[in-house]
Amino acid sequence: MTPLLQVRDLTIAFRQDGVETPAVRGVGFDVNRGETVAIVGESGSGKSVTALSTVALLPDSAVVRGSVIYDGTQMIGAPEADLRRVRGNDISFIFQEPMTSLNPLHTIEKQLGESLALHQNLRGDAARARILDLLDKVGINDAESRLSAYPHQLSGGQRQRVMIAMALANGPDLLIADEPTTALDVTIQAQILELLADLKRREGMSLLFITHDLTIVRRIADRVCVMKQGEIVETGPVAEIFDNPQHPYTRMLLEAESTGLPDPVAPDAPQIVGTAHLKVWFPITRGLLKRTAGYVKAVNDATLAVRAGETVGIVGESGSGKTTLALAIMRLISSEGPISLEGRRIDGVKSRALRPLRQDMQIVFQDPYGSLSPRMTVAEIVAEGLRLHDTGDDRPHREQVADMLTETGIDPASMDRYPHEFSGGQRQRIAIARAMILRPKLVVLDEPTSALDQTVQVQIVELLRDLQRRHGLAYLFISHDLKVVRAMSHKVIVMKRGDVVEAGEAAQIFDTPATPYTRALMAAAFDLKADRAAAV
Amino acid sequence: MTLSPLNARRWRNFRRNRRAVWSLWIFGVLFGLSLFAEFIANERPILVNYRGDLHVPIFNFYPETVFGGDFQTEAAYRDAEVQCLIVSGGLEDCFDDPDTVMSEVRETGSFAGAEVAQGWLLWPPIPYKYNTVSNIEGAAPSAPDAQHWLGTDDTARDVLARVIYGFRLSVAFALIVTALTSVLGIAAGAVQGYFGGWTDLVFQRIIEIWGSTPELYIIIIVAAIIPMNFWLLVGLMVLFGWTKLVGVVRAEFLRARNFEYVRAARALGVGDATIMFRHVLPNAMVATVTFLPFIVTGTIGALAVLDFLGFGLPSSSPSLGELTLQAKQNLQAPWLAFTAFITFALMLSLLVFIFEGIRDAFDPRKTFS
Repeated sequence: MTPLLQVRDLTIAFRQDGVETPAVRGVGFDVNRGETVAIVGESGSGKSVTALSTVALLPDSAVVRGSVIYDGTQMIGAPEADLRRVRGNDISFIFQEPMTSLNPLHTIEKQLGESLALHQNLRGDAARARILDLLDKVGINDAESRLSAYPHQLSGGQRQRVMIAMALANGPDLLIADEPTTALDVTIQAQILELLADLKRREGMSLLFITHDLTIVRRIADRVCVMKQGEIVETGPVAEIFDNPQHPYTRMLLEAESTGLPDPVAPDAPQIVGTAHLKVWFPITRGLLKRTAGYVKAVNDATLAVRAGETVGIVGESGSGKTTLALAIMRLISSEGPISLEGRRIDGVKSRALRPLRQDMQIVFQDPYGSLSPRMTVAEIVAEGLRLHDTGDDRPHREQVADMLTETGIDPASMDRYPHEFSGGQRQRIAIARAMILRPKLVVLDEPTSALDQTVQVQIVELLRDLQRRHGLAYLFISHDLKVVRAMSHKVIVMKRGDVVEAGEAAQIFDTPATPYTRALMAAAFDLKADRAAAV
Repeated sequence: MTLSPLNARRWRNFRRNRRAVWSLWIFGVLFGLSLFAEFIANERPILVNYRGDLHVPIFNFYPETVFGGDFQTEAAYRDAEVQCLIVSGGLEDCFDDPDTVMSEVRETGSFAGAEVAQGWLLWPPIPYKYNTVSNIEGAAPSAPDAQHWLGTDDTARDVLARVIYGFRLSVAFALIVTALTSVLGIAAGAVQGYFGGWTDLVFQRIIEIWGSTPELYIIIIVAAIIPMNFWLLVGLMVLFGWTKLVGVVRAEFLRARNFEYVRAARALGVGDATIMFRHVLPNAMVATVTFLPFIVTGTIGALAVLDFLGFGLPSSSPSLGELTLQAKQNLQAPWLAFTAFITFALMLSLLVFIFEGIRDAFDPRKTFS
């Protein structure tokens, strides 16, 4: 049997300023009918580019060589009209970001109908019936009432379901899913994966699945291609790759998991930060007089305490108020209820008077690409805090910066370069250096590892633990990734829609979760199982 | 000074656009020359040698008595008598028949048998200033000839001299107005965008009211009370022009104020002004820079319109708009219209080509193969 998609010697380069930068080198793989093939690799390994090139969706600056044969037809160099017939009809795509992949100005019915009218010439009632059928198939409850909804009225998981419905609309033979669950919560991720596997079985499609997450691969794929720096280094059936990886890179990927436990906290460690019944309510105003009609309760009654050398993990799905709580403690947004830093109330302090105190509390953000100003050099970024605060260190700023960069694992010789010249992991190290150079007592870590590759995550977790050990730092660690939380935290707070549903010692929460919500989170995170019993 | 890699890439991209580079060169040479307009078109000589002494009339004031004349007023170098006095070293005979004296001195080096201290005048290529009224035969405006390469306007002033000075005035006016409006507009937009909320709301309403003020009427009214001059007109244009940039800058700041690096800076305890100018502004510059060309060309156009309508600079100043007005009033003298048209077309086209190159160079998605 000939494979549905046959890729041979695929080489892709991007041309800029007359220079070609190779992205993919000599890649070859097959996708058989009814099979799920996963392409795994870290960011920059060329996996997305490979997928996009199969239907010539790359930007004009890309130079593609080699052969991509879909169902007996050569796709490279094929006329645009032929490609358009294949795209969205025989081969469908699901992208990572469900918010930006849907047009925010069109209703669900219109978006789905467009594709049906284009490829199948279905209109009116026939189209409507087909749309309802599709929405039903992807598990959207009460499909009829959702037809006139706009994308912003749906949750992230629902939007991704709509995207899948769009992809299925024309009965494709091959579905290419480019990190379809990366932007979603773990519980939703599990549901979407189940849906995809189920649909594939029922519709008899082939699935080309692109991901960086090996746990997903193990659950969904038949065969795996491991990509590294534009080349496939290993390929084979899932069981074989996982049980007996040949290539050292594959072994490294498989072993890259944050493990271990944090060092115990000294029993007499002083409390660094504490809150009591902290509330962050955003008023909803109505009418001409801005009457307060209600509140969005972003954080509702949160009490916590972090001691020196201790890590408190805050977990929960997106929208549960984790980041809001952290920003409130940092006094970056307004809140109600006492906050104390080193025994001192800081909740009523004016922002100007608060500035000197900021030396003791620092924050590291999720997105290493967004948290460094692109127009400043690394030295300027890291030294910025030194210009404002007195750390008691009289050495020149550059010397201190060099020391701090060395401590966080960045070559100090590169301190005059700009952030875009560094990789994601390196940038996160720079962001950590910026926070640590002031010798803070408390560091808020807002999803510091979520945007990074697995292998880099492990290194960052190691670095953070090392810094905590050496400087006795108190960490407030926010993450939706429970594996990382387990490796980092002494205590855990579980949040759901602004409420703290469970709090306690990490070991106790992980081993014997008390609430159904926590149990569902655990199941989704560690086994990728959707817990239908728990209403999440 | 070393360029950051980003700016180096932009410069490379700009240089790859041949049309923009050529336009930049041509415009640079033209504007550079026009900055020295006094040396190109002037009613005073650049250098005068009188009895072996060098005088620089282009910079200094010399009464006629310095050259053996009678008056205490500034020497009228364009008069044949004064030229004769200089050439002949101050002979009395110049007052009777300057042309004969001059030609005899030039040919023989002596006059009426007596040796004279011969002098000379070094004239700029165009011996007229923008406000020099020259003695022409026939009625003004006169057609182009050897004396007036582009003819004269209806008050017998040399058109070429007026174009050179007018070009300089237009470009200088546009650049000054653009610089001032940008500073004001960026500051206002930055404050509004960064603080948002009530500050933004109140400022936006003020700008709406301000923007709906009829600019032309205000200028007419002011011109009726105070005599118009260059700086007053700059002030009025800035007063009504600064709102143009506010929208763009405000939008950039609104977007950037929630970026994580801005939050990170706030968490470090950095003050608001520092965040605005060190962190947000450099990243808002691209949108601002791409907007500037519209302000420059718009200002040149606005100045021309005001002069055309007669509400701009006083009519003695070298103005291209005024030249256009004369062209309209003197349809029998087409050289006026052609000159005005070609000057505007050349100036605005060059600027548009340059700015097009700049805009493309700043476009991060544009690739040049």
